[in-house]
Amino acid sequence: MAKELLTGNQAVVKAALAVGAQMMTGYPITPITEILEAWAEATVKNPNIKFLQTEDEMSAGFAMIGGLLSGAKSFTATSGPGNVLMQDAFTMAENMRLPTVAFINQRGGPSTGTVIYSQQEVNLTCFGGNGEGLRIVYSVGNVQEMYDYAIKAFNTAWKYRFPTFVLGDGYSAKTLTEIDVYSLDEKKIEIVPASAYLLKDKSENDKCVNMRNCYNLESELSDLLNRHQEAFNSIKSEIVEYDDYHTLDAEVVVFAHGNIAVSAKQAIDALRSENKKVGLFRPITLNPFPKETAQAVIKNKKMIVVIESSLGQFANIVKTNIYGASTPIKKIAHPALGINPDEIYDQLNNILKELNG
Amino acid sequence: MVEASFPKSWKKSSKPHKFCPGCGQALALKNLGFAIDKLQIADRMVYGCDIGCSLLTWDMFEVDTIQTHHGRVLPTMIGFKLAKPSAITLAFMGDGGGYAIGAQHLVNAVMRDDPVTIILINNANYAMTGGQMAPTTLVGQKVTTSPNGRDWQKVGLPIHGPEMLAQIASENAYIARTISTDINDCQEKIRKALQNQIDGRGISFLEIISMCPINWHTDTLESLAFSEKEMVEVYPIKEFKCPQKLS
Repeated sequence: MAKELLTGNQAVVKAALAVGAQMMTGYPITPITEILEAWAEATVKNPNIKFLQTEDEMSAGFAMIGGLLSGAKSFTATSGPGNVLMQDAFTMAENMRLPTVAFINQRGGPSTGTVIYSQQEVNLTCFGGNGEGLRIVYSVGNVQEMYDYAIKAFNTAWKYRFPTFVLGDGYSAKTLTEIDVYSLDEKKIEIVPASAYLLKDKSENDKCVNMRNCYNLESELSDLLNRHQEAFNSIKSEIVEYDDYHTLDAEVVVFAHGNIAVSAKQAIDALRSENKKVGLFRPITLNPFPKETAQAVIKNKKMIVVIESSLGQFANIVKTNIYGASTPIKKIAHPALGINPDEIYDQLNNILKELNG
Repeated sequence: MVEASFPKSWKKSSKPHKFCPGCGQALALKNLGFAIDKLQIADRMVYGCDIGCSLLTWDMFEVDTIQTHHGRVLPTMIGFKLAKPSAITLAFMGDGGGYAIGAQHLVNAVMRDDPVTIILINNANYAMTGGQMAPTTLVGQKVTTSPNGRDWQKVGLPIHGPEMLAQIASENAYIARTISTDINDCQEKIRKALQNQIDGRGISFLEIISMCPINWHTDTLESLAFSEKEMVEVYPIKEFKCPQKLS
């Protein structure tokens, strides 16, 4: 294990190389551009890995699919309006259970908006497109996590064959800081191998492969989607991740994800040092959501506080997953704005005062 | 009894094919099948098809195939070729997929000279959705979204794809137009469009003029007349770019 000074975007490329990624396609957009640049730089040193700067994000998404159909671990990165355009490719990947890997660094919407930070691409990344949202989405909150979950994303995608996303933001992507860079051997992480869908090594009797996503009958598609849903449900328990932080004796439980969860954790540390009973439940996988654990965590709590940099995209997911619970919910929603630990500390303090008099 | 002659690379179990009676695309694809047979590339090629009538070909051939989204077959095939350069990749699309919804991919692929083969069917309308105006609809041609015929003063003149692409193509590119009913010309140009990729040169683009009797509301003779006379008058059959060494 070595300490290295890296930005989140550089960390993603380091991790992708470590886990055996072979191809990247993409279109420049802030705040992911440095992923393209660092990958392009890597191809100069290693001609066996491939890169294509495409004409738009639709092309990037479908060229990534072309690459993985040949058995190459391919990936892309995008943000905001690029994420919108790429939904076309992601829905195809979802419907055909193709192991796409995409790094989404959220920025403020809509098109140019603001280009560094927001948490407004939660709905789009988890459930976008004309599909059912059978996607795996990790929400990361700092540079180290961008490295860790970049490695994990490729393994998850190729193991379970559902489109996999690492949802970050420009704060983590562009922060230069020291992180632990490790080889997979050191952590005993096994690389899940890729395999070709088309032009596989065939024996004499193997038939050709005809892949499609058009169907003659509604019932044909319905059956397929039910099978996909079943498969997704059956692997949920292996995939879901969360950070359950000081919730056991807490009166108030904060729900936050990504960058805001990291911020909230600091606020909670400060409050805990004053013996205030607050905790944090942070889903790391927004999809699939750690539903059962979330339901268990909130039992007998006085209040749930959902904090996010959006008007309520994450809060809606939380509410859906704890349906039926009577615990009151308070929202702290700052769309497209970062939220510092100081502010979270103050707000939680006020909430505790109101609750306990 | 005389046995019908079918390409070896056609998948028997998916025949009869799914096209309407009299469709020119089936003929174009038969020519493609014979070209694949001649080049003996069935086991090392990947065939991608777009949306529109072209999706009906997802299981047309005894080769590995992928059916993609509208306009996106070309980037998919470009990605495949990039990852696996030994594969012969063919992107099959209609005039909507290539000249409208996927036009930016086509232009940029030709600019980059991506070493893939593209076959585009020009039947002067959007056939799968029932005969709407396409970029290739002729001036005055009646279509469901231009009931009085294409008015060039309102919606411009028909697009000349190969002519346009030839302007930005490299000397390694093969760019041509043919018609599905001229069997020799069609098969030979398909063969060259694939051979150029096999030789490891640049991009290859072939537009094939094709009949659509159902949406044109024409009988057999009228269909032939419209494609072979009226369309060919607007869209000349020729090679616009051919690398010197391609034979």
